[in-house]
Amino acid sequence: MTAAIETEALGKRYRTKWALAGCTLFIPAGHVVGLVGPNGAGKTTLLNLATGELAPTTGTIEVLGNRPAAGPAQLARVGYLAQDAPLYAGLPVADHLRLGAHLNPGWDADLAHRRVERLDLDPKQKAGTLSGGQRAQLALTLAVAKRPELLVLDEPVASLDPLARREFLQDLMESVAEQEVSVVLSSHLISDLERACDYVIVLVDSRVRVAGPVDDLLAAHHLLSGPRRDPASLPAGMEVVSASHTDVQTTLLVRTSGPVLDPAWTVSEVGLEDLMLAYMKQPATRRHHLEVLK
Amino acid sequence: MIEFHLDGRSGVAPYLQLIHQVRHALRLGLLHEGDQLPKVKDVAAGLAINPNTVLKAYRELEYEGLAAARPGIGTFVTGTLDGGSLAAHGPLRRELQRWLAKARRAGLDDESIEALFASTFRSASEEDIA
Repeated sequence: MTAAIETEALGKRYRTKWALAGCTLFIPAGHVVGLVGPNGAGKTTLLNLATGELAPTTGTIEVLGNRPAAGPAQLARVGYLAQDAPLYAGLPVADHLRLGAHLNPGWDADLAHRRVERLDLDPKQKAGTLSGGQRAQLALTLAVAKRPELLVLDEPVASLDPLARREFLQDLMESVAEQEVSVVLSSHLISDLERACDYVIVLVDSRVRVAGPVDDLLAAHHLLSGPRRDPASLPAGMEVVSASHTDVQTTLLVRTSGPVLDPAWTVSEVGLEDLMLAYMKQPATRRHHLEVLK
Repeated sequence: MIEFHLDGRSGVAPYLQLIHQVRHALRLGLLHEGDQLPKVKDVAAGLAINPNTVLKAYRELEYEGLAAARPGIGTFVTGTLDGGSLAAHGPLRRELQRWLAKARRAGLDDESIEALFASTFRSASEEDIA
């Protein structure tokens, strides 16, 4: 299977601080990938490495089988929508499309015009006077109309109100269905990701905490509650993601490939949001490794 | 044509929710053999969900023999789930309504009724197995 993004021990250091370290990933093409993590976890750094805006300090990264931004052909294959939907505030909508056509060899003028019409954007209106939702939609139009194989979106909906957010995601999902483009998007809004993404990566403290297809992750995680006991007494192959205890009760979030057979546990399923949050809260166990890298 | 909806709080994977809704519609006779299921693109755009999720649900329905894809056209219902029992729904529903009225007269609230039904249902199923 081809990889949308493949990294091997990828790291990026700014002066003395590692923004991303030891990142090894294989993201198959054809997915909508959600990149989740607290602020400062390294999400934007990873996306900037994938689009070639940054060069790695350590390790390697390949995007669609090539070095990021290796040349004009590679640039044409990746659409990038940076944070805050960068547009030229003084330029009218129509000029943005003209610019897109001029700069991108594979520009789909039909698609761009159809989208602008459907979004009800006035071609003569300056981008600076559009609403936040309209700006995001125009920026997405520019990224989609270059007909990329991979679309990279950094917090595309962060500044939008709930309605504009939903409309943006509807629009994005329609593009994915029509054009079979792979997507990697970062977001804090896990409920949005739950609908839109079929693959997630949780990045914490510049490291990948967990990554995989959403359905596989949901199937492999269970919430166990039962009489208080030591998590160390669990059968092999059961990995504790989070644990909490009262004086009589133990509640565990575990990852396991097999069924939970012990009748002492009440087993319940766990939603994506709770799963992601548990991984984000999990203490960094490999922190000392980071110190060595410094 | 049915319309899908998603419950974000249910904890049930979205593709399973779609499957359940198709099966539910088949059971209730809202969908019949030959009916077209909503187009993948339309479901994705309408619910803001991943097209792969819809495809996965439809593939699963195909695997169960309930639907078939016609390339370039869409996915169509090919099976039924009512097992010819749809005609029995009316009388059963009326009986259940009478039973519900009786339960309320006996002072049971909604939660007690649900609990009683669920536990009776479970023990009846267990007897069937044993």
